[in-house]
Amino acid sequence: MKRKTSYSRLVVRGLVYLVAVLIALWILIPIYLITIAAFSPKDVIYSWPKSLFPQTISLETLKFFVSAQYVLPSLRNSVVVALLTLVISLVIGAPAGYALARYIFRGKDIFRIMILSTRAFPIVILSIPLAVTFMKWGLYDNLISVAILHVAMALPTTILVTSSVFVGVSKELEEAATVFGCSRVQAFTRVALPLALPGLAASAIFTFVLSWNEVFAATILTLQNRTLPARLFIQLAASPLPFRFAGGFFILIPAITFMFFIRRYLFSLWGITLK
Amino acid sequence: MNLKRFNWEPYLLLLPSALYLVFFLAWPMFQAFGLAFQADDGHLTLDYMQRMFSDVMFSAALINTVKLIIAIVPLQFILALIMALLMMERLRGSDILVYIYSIPLAISDLAAGIIWFSIFTQRGYLNSLLYGLGVLDKPFLFLNYQSNWPFAAIVLAEVWRATSIVFVILVAGLQSIPRDYAEAAEVFGANWFTRVWRVTLPLLRPSIQTALILRTILAVQMFAVVVAIAGRGMTVLANEAYRWYSEYRSPHLAATYAMFILVISLGTAFVYLRALRVKEEMVL
Repeated sequence: MKRKTSYSRLVVRGLVYLVAVLIALWILIPIYLITIAAFSPKDVIYSWPKSLFPQTISLETLKFFVSAQYVLPSLRNSVVVALLTLVISLVIGAPAGYALARYIFRGKDIFRIMILSTRAFPIVILSIPLAVTFMKWGLYDNLISVAILHVAMALPTTILVTSSVFVGVSKELEEAATVFGCSRVQAFTRVALPLALPGLAASAIFTFVLSWNEVFAATILTLQNRTLPARLFIQLAASPLPFRFAGGFFILIPAITFMFFIRRYLFSLWGITLK
Repeated sequence: MNLKRFNWEPYLLLLPSALYLVFFLAWPMFQAFGLAFQADDGHLTLDYMQRMFSDVMFSAALINTVKLIIAIVPLQFILALIMALLMMERLRGSDILVYIYSIPLAISDLAAGIIWFSIFTQRGYLNSLLYGLGVLDKPFLFLNYQSNWPFAAIVLAEVWRATSIVFVILVAGLQSIPRDYAEAAEVFGANWFTRVWRVTLPLLRPSIQTALILRTILAVQMFAVVVAIAGRGMTVLANEAYRWYSEYRSPHLAATYAMFILVISLGTAFVYLRALRVKEEMVL
């Protein structure tokens, strides 16, 4: 580096910025395109060639999508399933995360490795046998069954993330609270929990997005009570272009918005590696 | 806390999760075995497996899945590595870049499929752009099943959508490597490429391993992207599992496909673990 002139260093620096911006555009442009498609009126969607910088903005296509049969009920179903998934996985997973963060016990490493390895468990394998089981239990086509499967998918990540959240909350504070007369449970609810809340919220949002996006299991496990992605998926081939584009935009936007809120937790949510 | 007394607390806290995963993760996996290798009357059979292997769509689904993985995973790895190394350059505005680079983490495979369909479809944005540039004078049928274009569109959609997860894992790994190593190499005259190749990448091996395993396992069960872009023109393993369950009403064959997906997933994970073995002294 030292031997290089400052001029060539400037050129290298400029190239680095150029690559960084080009990659950002590669990610943003497709999102831009589906957005202008969703805000184009029908006749523009069917026209060719399309302008990449549309002059008219219209809600016609989005209104057409929302007012289509089944769309609003399946939107409601999606929200219900995602909320159920979020609550169940947090209620079950957070205590385990707390245990991994706070205690030293026999079998801890084995449990951790098992959780890590189930994080990438193929959902295709769970869906089919569980569909058969739920059929026997009379839970088929019930939103609960979709939520149960989504929890199985999300739980390992919830445990790992909540564990790293609680590691970030100082153990000494909890111990200090017990010194000042709090019980073990009070020390947790009054000291550790409030401090862990933002991290737990990020984990919950992550779970919500995971469930909101899931297509395969939701399609297998439901018949009438489809979630939005499942509904969109089964109707896709028979749908006109405006329906597809508006639908794609519709499931995209909540995901991106939530992503914005949890951007600070990106690396603790996804960056966990086997070590 | 008294160390001599056995402490039940952590086990009680773990119990709900452990039970849940046994009931809804481990048990269904055994049931999948049962569905794949047991007839309805209970006796063991290889019928379903034979039917799967002799199915007309099986070899197409397997070949497409393998081809997609071979095309997608290396591209994603190289792109994610470039993105992660860019983050190490401490660029101005890197906060915004990290956010933009990780947006696709939240995008579902179905949405990604629809987005890239809107680009590649006959009256789509790619044709409009090529017309605007004067390359074409009438729309080109990209998503023609006879051509390789649907395959290319799926590869682009998956690279677009799922590179972020590799990126995030690699950045997390890079952050845990002390800068001293690269600086020491620089003092001894190593240029940028040598430093990346000889110092950073070997130290990054655990993260690379995790990212590749995760990505390949997710790519083996690729589903909605393929259907959204290629429709019935192209099939993959997960799509066959779906069709056998939903259209032909055979949970047995669907489960057989699912087991096959599991075997491939485990197989590739094993290969990566062997090929990128992390030696004890490598772990920092």
